Amino acid sequence: MSGPSTYVPQNGFLRWFESRLPIIGLVHSSFIAFPNPRNLNYFWTFGGILAFMLIEQIVTGLVLAMHYTPESSMAFASVEHIMRDVNYGWLLRYLHANGATMFFIAVYIHIARNLYYGSYKAPREILFILGVIIFLLMMATAFMGYVLPWGQMSFWGAKVITSLFSAIPFVGDSITTWLWGGYSVGNATLNRFFALHYLMPFMILGVVVLHIWALHIPGSNNPVGVEVKSQKDTLPFHPYFTVKDAFSLVCFMVVFAYFVFYAPNYFGHSDNYIEANPLVTPAHIVPEWYFLPYYAMLRAVPSKLGGVCALFGSILLLAFLPWLDTSRVRSSNFRPVYRAFLFLFFATVIGLGYCGSQEPVGSVVVWSEILTAWYFIHLLIVLPLLGFFETPRKMPASITEAVLGPKGASAAMVGARAAAEPSVKG
Amino acid sequence: MTFRTTMAFRLVLLAGLAASPALAQENENPLPEKQAWSFAGPLGKYNTAQLQRGYQVYREVCSNCHSMHFLSFRNLSDAGGPSFSDGQVKALAASYKVQDGPNDSGDMFERAGRASDPFPQPFANEQAARAANGGALPPDMSVLAKARDIEGAWYSFLLGPFSTYQEQGVDYIHALLNGYSETPKGFTLPSGKYYNEYFPGHAISMPKPLNDGQVDYSDGSPKTVDQYAHDVSAFLAWTSEPKLNQRKNMGFNAIVFLIVFASLLYAVKRRIWAGLHDVSGTPIDHAAE
Ligand code: HEC
Ligand code: HEM
Repeated sequence: MSGPSTYVPQNGFLRWFESRLPIIGLVHSSFIAFPNPRNLNYFWTFGGILAFMLIEQIVTGLVLAMHYTPESSMAFASVEHIMRDVNYGWLLRYLHANGATMFFIAVYIHIARNLYYGSYKAPREILFILGVIIFLLMMATAFMGYVLPWGQMSFWGAKVITSLFSAIPFVGDSITTWLWGGYSVGNATLNRFFALHYLMPFMILGVVVLHIWALHIPGSNNPVGVEVKSQKDTLPFHPYFTVKDAFSLVCFMVVFAYFVFYAPNYFGHSDNYIEANPLVTPAHIVPEWYFLPYYAMLRAVPSKLGGVCALFGSILLLAFLPWLDTSRVRSSNFRPVYRAFLFLFFATVIGLGYCGSQEPVGSVVVWSEILTAWYFIHLLIVLPLLGFFETPRKMPASITEAVLGPKGASAAMVGARAAAEPSVKG
Repeated sequence: MTFRTTMAFRLVLLAGLAASPALAQENENPLPEKQAWSFAGPLGKYNTAQLQRGYQVYREVCSNCHSMHFLSFRNLSDAGGPSFSDGQVKALAASYKVQDGPNDSGDMFERAGRASDPFPQPFANEQAARAANGGALPPDMSVLAKARDIEGAWYSFLLGPFSTYQEQGVDYIHALLNGYSETPKGFTLPSGKYYNEYFPGHAISMPKPLNDGQVDYSDGSPKTVDQYAHDVSAFLAWTSEPKLNQRKNMGFNAIVFLIVFASLLYAVKRRIWAGLHDVSGTPIDHAAE
């Protein structure tokens, strides 16, 4: 996506077109000729999966929007109308609702991959920060989408989360009223959430373009975390990575299809099949599963403002990872101590998710507090210090050596040296 | 290395889990028993005869108090549902009087029901429904079976995704209908309430709706509370998920297709990547391409 393309138009029309709008060359250099490290494992296929899920959500969402009514007395009925009377409406809705879940499963794996292989380190800081922005936009989009069916959890989830803004000193209450478009969650809230839910996926799409652009400057990181040194370290995107991504995507779709067809309401909450009722508070308000770790942090801090700070801080801190992690070694494969701490961190997040799903009583509170504290200790203390104290393992000299062993690598290097300055950039 | 990695991950996960049983909640209600529903599991289908009996129970008993907003008579002849014939549905609808209008002279009038009419409402409005039920509102039944759930064990979030069993709400309704019993000693039942083992808090405003012999089945099925409860619960499963047969059918085809497609892609991938992983492989000089 950067630099001049090696694309050679095959006929007169294409030459004419390409000299006026070099878009085929752009696609060619980004997704055909683009050199990718040859040692990428299957964790690197989730980027493609995420792009697919975004498009899938936009397409199913668009058709749902043709049948959905964003009006508080009709929204619930219109979703039931989609489920019952629209041709394949049940399929569209289950694809969209479970699509959000699969989107988050993929994004969590994608983020975990970045943490494990240190992909956020120089020169990929901007790329990583764009990723954090996408993640935030996804959370806002999914939160507002969940309000649209106007069930009990939609309504009360919206109420709990928007009320958080009232914790801001002095202007909090005014902000909340402004967000609601009234003095409580109601028709005005539903209307604006629908408008924003429609808009935000396209904002995500825009940031995704920047994300891929920023990726194609340094190229992908890889499991050993050693930068590409020669062309022998890479393989062109097509056919090597197109076929690998396609295989992985179809496997992912098997899981997706399993949920859509055999357990479509597994990730939902049964209370959301009861129409929103401002007078009846559900016994137990829980957000969707992908928000549970943050919900647990919110409740772990005794003060409301503190809880809100923990909630937003936990995500914003991720944007500072490139500077919080002081080690120059990227891949955890060569950082045994960091790796142990990282798995502890993953377990912390899963534990927080469990706490978020439970009622905040007894040991759940204590565990939420311990795990929240550890989340921040890991990011703010362990990560910066480890870089100074840990001695990394010996790393292979190049990607080719990591794949083929020292002997194969030296054979390959002969050829590499013959080739002049390798074009790492696409 | 990969083996060690996954082991370490599992150990951490297990350690985390071992610590969490302490978090499990005490369950004060007994867990409803899992029933053998014909529509459970990946190949499940509704049993037409059971749905027809269930509709009979709904119409003769439950519909006196419970509305069903999202269903019309025509739905009773839908494929994958009770599958009554069009003629039966027309006759059934015609047995109800429906208010329509206004007509050209501005008056409301009564006419015989049509297949396209929604199920009749038992009460004119919410206030009337509450007034007739000791202040409690009988919930609308259209999606009731999906609107109830059973709190699983603390580890169910790990097993749940691998189980295609989605019938917790149906099990709950079945258990509720069978759950009326004597008020135990020491339990003070508010007036106008009935004791039910499975209802949260045990004091429910719905009087025991079903008794043996109450509904006259014509197909020889037993006229017992348990049979009625099974049939009406299955019917409520259908009203809340009318496209289940179609969904499971399509799902089977989709998943078989995707698995075959994935296998083919894997074969192609192996072919394209052949020789690139090991020392014997000749790295491709793609500068020359
Ligand atoms: C006499 C009126 C009446 C009849 C007949 C009746 N119900 Fe109810 N039902 C109620 C009322 C009132 C409630 C609300 C109970 C409460 O909230 O305490 C209720 C609630 C329920 C609930 C929800 C319980 C919960 O978890 O909230 C179910 C399920 C139910 N009824 C099933 C049935 C079925 C099935 C039938 C027919 C076999 C039936 N009812 C017949 C009055 C009735
Ligand atoms: C980032 C992409 C998106 C995500 C993560 C997302 C997420 C969600 C979620 C979680 C729901 C609630 C589903 C339910 O429980 O019923 C929902 C509903 C909805 N979404 Fe989206 N959505 C996305 C994109 C879109 C787009 C682009 C549109 C419109 C063009 C759209 C239109 C709708 C509509 C109409 C509903 C209400 C119908 C329903 O609840 O099933 N969505 N969305």
